[in-house]
Order: sequence, then structure tokens, then C-alpha cells
Amino acid sequence: MSQHLGTAIVLGFLGYILGHWWGNHLAGSYTYIANNGQNGVADFLGLALMVLGWLLGIGALNYPIMKLFGREAHEEPPAPGLSRYFRFTLDHKVVGMQYVVGVLLFLFTGGLLAMAIRTELLNPTVHIFNPGTYIEIVSEHGTIMMMMATSIIVGPLGNYLVPLMIGSRRMAFPRIEAFSFWIFTAGYMVIFSALFYGGFPTGWTGYAPLQTQAGPGMISYLFGFAVIGIGMISAGFNIAVTIVNYRAPGMTWSRVPMFVWSILATASLLTLATPVLFTAGLFGLLDHLVLTSFYVNEHGGSSYLWENLFWFFGHPEVYIMALPGFGIVAEIVPVFTRKPLFAYKVAAAGMMGVALLSFFVWQHHLFQSGINPDMRPLFMLTTELISIPTGFIYLVGMGSLYKGKMRLEIPMLFSLALYFNFLIGGITGVFLSDVPVNVTVHGSFFVLSHFHYTIMGGLLFAFMAGLYFWLPKMTGRMMNKKLGLWHFWTMFVFFNLTFFPMFIIGLLGQPRRVFEYAHNLQGLNDFSSISAFCLGASFLLFFWNLVYSMIINPQKAPANPWESLGLEWQTANPVPLYNFERIPVIVTEPYRYSEPGAPAYADFGGGGAGTGAPAVDSSVQE
Amino acid sequence: MNNGSEMRRIVTAWVIVSVIGDLLWWFLVGPHIPPGNMTTSAHWNQFDFNILAVTALPVVFMVWIWMGYALVKWRDKPGVPDPVGGEAAKASRKVQASWITITSIVVISAAIYGTVALIGDHGSGGGEGPNPVWAPVGAVAANTAAIEGKATWSPASSQPLVVQVIAQQWKFSYRYPAFGGMETNRLILPVKTNIVFDVTSLDVIHDFWAYQLSVKADANPGINNVAFANTQQTGQFMVRCDELCGIWHGAMYNSGRVLSKTAFMAWATKTEAQNSQNTKYLPPFAWTYTPDANGASGGLYPDGNVTPYSPYDTYGAKQPAS
Repeated sequence: MSQHLGTAIVLGFLGYILGHWWGNHLAGSYTYIANNGQNGVADFLGLALMVLGWLLGIGALNYPIMKLFGREAHEEPPAPGLSRYFRFTLDHKVVGMQYVVGVLLFLFTGGLLAMAIRTELLNPTVHIFNPGTYIEIVSEHGTIMMMMATSIIVGPLGNYLVPLMIGSRRMAFPRIEAFSFWIFTAGYMVIFSALFYGGFPTGWTGYAPLQTQAGPGMISYLFGFAVIGIGMISAGFNIAVTIVNYRAPGMTWSRVPMFVWSILATASLLTLATPVLFTAGLFGLLDHLVLTSFYVNEHGGSSYLWENLFWFFGHPEVYIMALPGFGIVAEIVPVFTRKPLFAYKVAAAGMMGVALLSFFVWQHHLFQSGINPDMRPLFMLTTELISIPTGFIYLVGMGSLYKGKMRLEIPMLFSLALYFNFLIGGITGVFLSDVPVNVTVHGSFFVLSHFHYTIMGGLLFAFMAGLYFWLPKMTGRMMNKKLGLWHFWTMFVFFNLTFFPMFIIGLLGQPRRVFEYAHNLQGLNDFSSISAFCLGASFLLFFWNLVYSMIINPQKAPANPWESLGLEWQTANPVPLYNFERIPVIVTEPYRYSEPGAPAYADFGGGGAGTGAPAVDSSVQE
Repeated sequence: MNNGSEMRRIVTAWVIVSVIGDLLWWFLVGPHIPPGNMTTSAHWNQFDFNILAVTALPVVFMVWIWMGYALVKWRDKPGVPDPVGGEAAKASRKVQASWITITSIVVISAAIYGTVALIGDHGSGGGEGPNPVWAPVGAVAANTAAIEGKATWSPASSQPLVVQVIAQQWKFSYRYPAFGGMETNRLILPVKTNIVFDVTSLDVIHDFWAYQLSVKADANPGINNVAFANTQQTGQFMVRCDELCGIWHGAMYNSGRVLSKTAFMAWATKTEAQNSQNTKYLPPFAWTYTPDANGASGGLYPDGNVTPYSPYDTYGAKQPAS
């Protein structure tokens, strides 16, 4: 049977029906969830079998099932044309493109919810939504955006580019890679399903005991995190192994492109931090479904357990979102300044330093929670220490600008915007890490603005830089420059006009996630809301540019439109199925721009990229 | 233009802008930074914020000036040669070492300052859990007296006033053990007094944020989270819940007032007398309270004899009695 998106939808639907029926059969009189008549077991089993049906339908489980029965799995040949994007495929480039569409869908959904939030906040007392709906929207916005943000660069660009950048023909575990995408989409559906169950009232942080008190939408949240968590672990594991083992001959650690360094740091965090989220979600599900009491104080559990487990994952998660952005700009800036990357080793050390330290800062989210106060100076110190490796990224960026010959193409504009935005986000992070100042700013719009400056101002701007930079390689088509400029300037200006006032709103005493606020803050809130609508419109400009440049009026991209020395630009266009006809040998450092007499980064064995006799048969390949 | 004069130009601009920026911040903006001066810790919060601001501004200006200069001078223009070799292409070790050293010094200094400030009473408004490491003189004794039912307070004494903050979906109430354990809906405090806040919750996690007092402490069910304030000015302050606690979280706010000591005493004595008929039905003063199955937590876990065991629907809205 041919397996594709259609079969996944059908089996997913049947799985849900079956699971729900089974749950009712198992626990028919078990209307546990806060006495609202819902059977949590049925809801959970419905979602669980939906995910299983989805994975079976797409073919993600064919291989392990066949192996389980001692038989060889039948591998379908790569499907031609567009249909391959709707299938379980082992080509990392197809998976990368699937992720592009997947994360943009996530982003669009989360963005619409953000518009709804800002609409509600137009007036301090006149409400568009009832409080329950508002909290559903806030919670769903946060959760969808956070889960989107973990994958927005690693998924599309990490999967597509890492093998090309390290001179590999494939990922280490292509099935795990494809699995990570399809379970990511299943996780999206599970989290989104919360809206049909009445949502969840906890925000993306899901604090217990509110979590334990909440309705069936909470199951979607907890199970959705667990499902996406499996995807994140799979993606991180596969990419880390690929980078460590599948680099082309000659690609020593000092010759690895900076984007790959950032993805390696991120993949390590994904692999090591996400299991904690998975476990935390599992505990929450057990509390909900079988009345364990991991998070229930009165029964020997602890609400601090959730807070600690969640943030033990949650803070590395912040850097899962930030590091790939740093990697993109470090990759792009030398191309557009025509200079070598300044302080390569410092940049790599910065990425790994941030990754390592990120495991030791999580309790700064809990300074006022009543944790052991002796711990606060330690977590203040570790949090402030992480500014040092983060600062390396600025040293590298500023050094690379020095006496360069800056070409202000759109990817470069987005990269410069990251330095501008992240600076504000990073500096305000130091304010938050200071325990006395934290008393005022914790939990307010100040912290909301801070993390939007780092995640949206950093990661999302970097993602846009990456898309404008690499889409010509990925699709063979150039994005329209005029529309791109409009997109950049509107996004940059309205991003800052939306979020900067929120620092002031927070300092003036507005807590997060409220639908009522002081009348004297209406002016600032309205300014922020109107700017947010314009920011939303700038994303529509981007989507229009995407459709216009890719479908309506496609312009063929030159083979190397930015004159990059990166390995990914040296292979043929469109990229062959196995990337390189000849495995390249890396002969020198990357980024040797404007250096007369410098050897090419890679030797393809004569004749150029992907042609000519093989230089060497890589022993690390396959 | 040679490298030296270019760098001199940038550094000069940076120093000038930084000095002007810092002076403007310290004298014009700083005095207006919240939370103000209503308590000593509010004052120190403002001070610490401003210290960080005048440290951060030069860093921000350094990056902005550098980027601005690069955008104007180091751009691809006709006739500009490629940045070949020489100084521009090198990653000077001296520059790298200086950067790492300077950022490390700044960051570690900030951490040391924050720790010293914390040991002082700068952060005393933050919830420190049941065993605070910093407490004003007499606070521990006052809290002990409160739990033993021996709490007293008078305008003439310098002893701290213990106030218990009880959060529940979706309101705050306040108990005064020094005044017969009375419970009120409004937080009234005396000026020039150390206040000990014992913050707890009856259901989910809330956060008691008395904005102008610079007090913020999570209200956890079953846990006493202690925070302090030393009131310095009379006036009104805002109280908000700062931790998402369900659908009416946004409406969980009220206001409080700091009065003169005598006015407070008059209010407290009068309210104690007015509330006495209600106070006698309250449980004895305790650090925490565990509601029964029909209580304020919604009876998440049944005690075996109540069906249905919760009078609350999914998000806690009261249902008609069955």
C-alpha cells in the first residue's frame, strides 16, 4: 500500500476513534477530570492512538516493525516531483523542506493567536473574549510558539544544510530524521487539539497544581509536549551523530562552519534537556489519569517538582532557540562583509559555553517562588556568567564588520537586526538575573518583552536571514528583493514598536497573562497592539513574497548568488539526491574571503563541484 | 584614514554618548523608575535598577555606535577595495583577550554586587521560603510569637508586624495575628514599620505582588513563603497576582494602604472588634491551611465520602449546589 499524507490522516482519524472508544470501554464511569463529565483516559487514548495511526499511515514505523518480525523492510524508491513532500522520505533535503512548511504553519497559527491577544488588550476593561477563552488563547499561543521555536532553524535549515555543509551524502539516521518531522507534526495536532477540549489555563509553563486542576485540554498540553519531545530528541540525536561522524575528510573541528557548530550545540541540548520535559509531562499525565500525586503537595508530591523539571528543560530550551540564530548570522556576516569570520575559535567556544552553562541557570525562574534562598546567589552568578559566552557572539559580529565591505543584501539586514534586537534582549536578561531587581520585573510585561526580544528579535530574524540566504539554494529561485526590503523594514520597525513599550508597561506594574490592567497603561498597550497588527501585516508581506517568488513569478537563482565560499553552494544546483557526486576534501579554513591566493575551501577532485574524478573515498561515509 | 584615527573617533563618540546617556539616566530617568520609595527595599530596587542601567547603557552604545559606523564607513561602495589581508582580516589576540577579560570583570562584578545587595535588604521583598536567610531584627521572634498565638503590636513598639497573605482563586485576604487573627480583604499597614509577610495559598500557585512596596512572593499551597518590607511612606499601593492561576487571574487584584502608626492602630482595633463574630469561626492562625474536600482547593482528591467531591467546575467557577 502506498503510504502518504492521506493515509496518515485516515489512520490518525481512525486511531482517535478507536482510542476514544477503548478509553470509554476501559474507564467508562471514570469521569475524573474535575467532575466535568469528561473521561480523561478516553481523551488520552484517543490522542495516543491518533499519533500512532498517523505514524503508521505515513510509514514511519514500517522499518522497525518489519525488523521486529525479522524481515527486511521494503524501501520505496524516492518518489518523484511534489508528491515526495507528502511522504516519509529519507532524503534530508526533502525533510528540510517539509520542516519549512511545518514550522511556517506553526508560526502562522501562533501569530494569529498573538493578534487575538493584542486585540483583547486594546482596552483595560472592555473585553473581546471571555476570560476563559482569553487564557486558552494565551496558553495556546505560548505553547505553539515555543514548540515552533525549538524547531524553526534546526528543523528546516539544520536538516537541509548540515549534510551539505559538512560534505556528507546523508544524515547518520535518515529514518530517525524523517520520524522526527512526522512526530513533530503529530505533536502540533495534539497541542492544537487542546482548543477543542476547552483549552488549558496554565500558559505554556503549565504550573501544577493548576495543571492538576485543569480540564482535558491539559492532557493535550502534557501529551503534546511528550510527543514533540520525542521528535526533538530524535532530531537532536541524529544531527549530533551526523556532525560528529559524517564530516568530510579534512574537516577538522577548526574547519567546521559556524552554523554547524551552533547546530551541534543545539542538538546536544535537544538530546540532553528534552528527556526531562518528556518525563515531567509523563508525571503530569499520570497525575491526571491514574491519580498519582507527583505534583500534589497534600499527597506527598511537590509543585516545586514540576517547576524544577520544567525549567531544567526550559532554560536550555531558551538556548535551543538562540544558538542556531547565532550560527546563522555568524555564517552570513562574512559572506556580506567579504572578510573572514573574526575569532572563529572564540565563536565556537561561545556556542559550546552557552550550551554548557545553560544547564546551570534554571532556578533564576524561581527566585520568588520560595526555593531555598541560599541558592539564589549561585543562580544569579551562573545566569550572569552566561553573558560572557553570549558576548563572544558580539565580539565575532563586530570584529567581522570591522573594515569590511558590507553588502546590505536582505540576509545581511536581518543579521544586523539580530545584533540590534538581541542586544536589548540580552542586556535586559542581566536585569532579570539580579535578584533584587527581579523582585520588581519578574512575571511582568518586562520579562515578556525580554524573551520576545531574544526569541523573536533573535531567532526569528535569524530564521528570516537564513531563508532569504538559502532559499535560492533550496528551491533554485530568488526571493523578490523589493518585497524583501519592505518585509524587512516593516518587521524590524514594528517588532521594536510592539515590544519595546512592553518593557515600560512591565515596569509600570502590568503582570503577564492578564486581561485587565490599569487604565493609565491603555495608551502604551494600544500603541503596542497597533504596532503588533502592523507586525502581523509584515508577515503577510513575507508570505506574499514567498508565494510570489516561488510560484507566481519565479526567478531562477544563480548557482551562487551571494558569492559564498560555503560548501553548500559548491555542489550542483538542484542538489543531486546524494548531494555530492564526489566527496569533497576540506583543505583549509572556512571564510577566507578576499584573500588572494587562498586555496578553495574544498577540493572536489578536479573540475569543480560534484564532477570529475573522486578525490578520495571517504571512510566515514556510509 | 588610518586605523588609529578611526578607532579614536569611535571611542571618542562612544565615551561622549555614554557619559551623556548615563548622566541623563541617573538624574532624569532614574528617580522615576518604579517601584519608588514607599519601602526601603523599593528604594534599593530602584537604586539597583539604575546601577544596572548605567552599566548597561555604555555596552548598548558601544554596539550601536560600532554598527552605525560600520553601516556608514565600512560599506560596499564603488571604488572601495576588498578588505584584503592586513589588520582588517586578522582576529587580533589582544582584542580577543581584552574583550573576554573586560566582559568577565563586568559580569562577575554585577554578580558580586547583586549578592552583596541581596545580603543587605535590597531583595528582602522577594519570597524567601519558610526559612529566610535575611530577616529584619525581631522578625523571627515576631513570627514565632504569631504561631504561638502571642503576637502583639503597638505604635510605640519597634517590633515587626506579621501579616499573613492568603491567596485563593481569585482573591487575596490578609490575617493579622497581632489583632486576634482577624482576616480582611484589604491590606492596611503602618508606616515606619518592618512588615513580615507570610504568604501561602489555599489552592494553586499565585504570586503576591505588592507593587509599590517591592514585595513579590509566590503563594504556594502548603508552603509558607516569607517576604519583608520596611514601610517608609504613607499612601496607596497596588496588589496584583503575578502568577497565572486560572481564568480570573487577570482580575485578581486589589489595593492596599500604608497609614500612620496611630491611624493604623485605630483601624486595626476597630476592624478587630467589627470582625470578631467572623474571626471566631476561622481556623487558628497557622503557616498554611489545607482545605477539606469541599474547600477552596476544589477538593482535587476525594476523601472517599463526597460525591461529587468538587463544587467547582473545570476552572473553579462555583456550580449550583446539588
